[in-house]
Amino acid sequence: MKFANSPLLSQRLPSWRSRLLLLCILAGFAVLAGWSIYLQGFNSAFLQEKGAQRYSRVIELPATRGRILDRNGQVLAVSTPVKSIWAIPEDAKLQPAQVNQLAKLLEMEPREVDRKLADSHDFVYLKRQIPPDVAARILALDLPGIHDQTEYRRYYPTGDVTAHILGFTGAGDVGLEGVELAYQSVLAGKSGSRRVIKDRRGDVVEDVDSIRPPRDGKDVVLALDDRIQYLAYANLRRAVIDNKAKAGSIVVLDARTGEVLALANMPTYNPNNRTRLTGAQLRNRALTDTFEPGSTMKPFTIALALDKGKFRFDSRIQTAPGWFTIGTATIHDSEPHGILTVAQVIQKSSNIGAAKIALTLPPEEMWHNFERLGFGHPLNLGFPGEVGGRVRPYQHWRPIEQATMAYGNGISVTLMQLAHAYLVFARNGDLIPLSLTKLDSPPLFGKQIFTEQTAHEVRAMLEMVEEPGGTAPKARVAGYLVAGKTGTAHKVEGGIYVNRYVASYVGFAPATDPRLVIAVMINEPSAGSYYGGDVAAPVFAKVMAGSLRDLGVAPDEPPQSLQALGQNAPAVKEGT
Amino acid sequence: MLRANLILILFVVASALGTVTSNYRARRLFTALEQAQVRMHSLDVEWGQLQLEQSTWAAPARVEKIARDQLHMKQPAADQVITVEDAK
Repeated sequence: MKFANSPLLSQRLPSWRSRLLLLCILAGFAVLAGWSIYLQGFNSAFLQEKGAQRYSRVIELPATRGRILDRNGQVLAVSTPVKSIWAIPEDAKLQPAQVNQLAKLLEMEPREVDRKLADSHDFVYLKRQIPPDVAARILALDLPGIHDQTEYRRYYPTGDVTAHILGFTGAGDVGLEGVELAYQSVLAGKSGSRRVIKDRRGDVVEDVDSIRPPRDGKDVVLALDDRIQYLAYANLRRAVIDNKAKAGSIVVLDARTGEVLALANMPTYNPNNRTRLTGAQLRNRALTDTFEPGSTMKPFTIALALDKGKFRFDSRIQTAPGWFTIGTATIHDSEPHGILTVAQVIQKSSNIGAAKIALTLPPEEMWHNFERLGFGHPLNLGFPGEVGGRVRPYQHWRPIEQATMAYGNGISVTLMQLAHAYLVFARNGDLIPLSLTKLDSPPLFGKQIFTEQTAHEVRAMLEMVEEPGGTAPKARVAGYLVAGKTGTAHKVEGGIYVNRYVASYVGFAPATDPRLVIAVMINEPSAGSYYGGDVAAPVFAKVMAGSLRDLGVAPDEPPQSLQALGQNAPAVKEGT
Repeated sequence: MLRANLILILFVVASALGTVTSNYRARRLFTALEQAQVRMHSLDVEWGQLQLEQSTWAAPARVEKIARDQLHMKQPAADQVITVEDAK
């Protein structure tokens, strides 16, 4: 039978049945439409977020802190990832044998591991900052509840040799001292992040939007020369120990560029292991401690007097009978010298000679001279705790004060300021600023302080100091002409001069064309001699000899005088 | 008409397969890039550690100690030094 002939077709159904069906279908569509409006209109943000969470992740991109390099590219400080081992004690149900294995790798006592695991329920560090290969071996044991975490740690391969100049970083790789603090904004990196799609196995499949690239910290190239730094540190250390001194500092400057080639202090510390640090070890004394420099200040006042035309190189000054009264106070030379030329006042370090020269100068000019040489205000190298020393305003100077300031009493300076000021004699009377970082184009000329002629005359006087009959024959360096000045100052405690001393020596070489300025300060030498010429000058000589050899500077001393080295000539005691 | 439709369907299928392949290849390349970047980072880290190691071995204090104690070297005295001028 054909479908068209079916009798069912001719049978009429009640019309409400088809309408009811239509209505049901329409209602079903309405519900679907309503639901989709609800999901996509009102709830979409929440749902999209939930969806994204199932496949996309934000990955933190760590940035590394910049390195610190010396001028020859030697690495002085570098950050490298290390692992910290932590545990969830609740999960870490270990057999005694496993604990022993773990403790051995961590270099800890098994009992200590057990104690740490008993400390807390959910999280405990077993050991922080261990080498990555050790961590890998620990994880290879596959112990339950033991995990690792990557952290960055700063290493200083040169250790205590460069401790004060580099400083160190604290938690989170933030600089706390020294160059690490001074150049924090350059060295610090900025971590970035990226949003990615990960597949079922956890591999990254695709980058989604919003990539913030990490910015690694920049490297800092210091002016420091690590060989000269080592020479300076090793010889300072030896001198401080041999002289049973309380402390000491040394600074080496490049006379041509003003770069700081070395800076060391004693006592020091190892920046890689900073447990049990004392404040005394931390002090960057060359920059933060001021002292009364004593006779090392004499050349500045004498240079001023020469510059003003008050005296000549060979003007004669009566220093007999070895004492000199100004008002109610009397000053002394350590031994009477009689009539001295200006040059001999420097050579024999006569206080009376320096005082008499100073009293011919107006206080204002003397004060202005100190200011221009950089005394009285900080050098602003960016180090924490840098100080400027003290030069009192000239309006209140009494004559005795003016006289004593000429030989470095009643004025306080840092060793770095003193070394900096000596650049005027090592150069042609001009002063250039100091630099901690390596300079690509060092300044050729600085601020002119003294005339070129004056600078050369004072340089010749400073050369006489190292000759027999001067205060520092021990500062001589075989093969080179050396110029410099000793200082031996009483320490001031509670406003009174006491019988403890600061021995210092500032000098430069080769005198015919100076390359290096070295300043040495030894605080409270107490193993016999306390004179700058005996205590500080030998340190200068050793460091200068080694550094000039390292730099390959040609000797400038005439060969015939090589045999006549005055090492054993009696040194003249300087005024203290 | 039918033939034109068949050809169009063929094109559609071909381009769909092309999309799938290129997407697959893009992901493969991306994974390779990802691995290369991870390797770059780990090499960077290793470089830093090697620099550290080099600096430690080459520390002047260590070099001096070995030169003096093991190799029995010493500094020449001033009269043993001959200065050679640069022949420029």
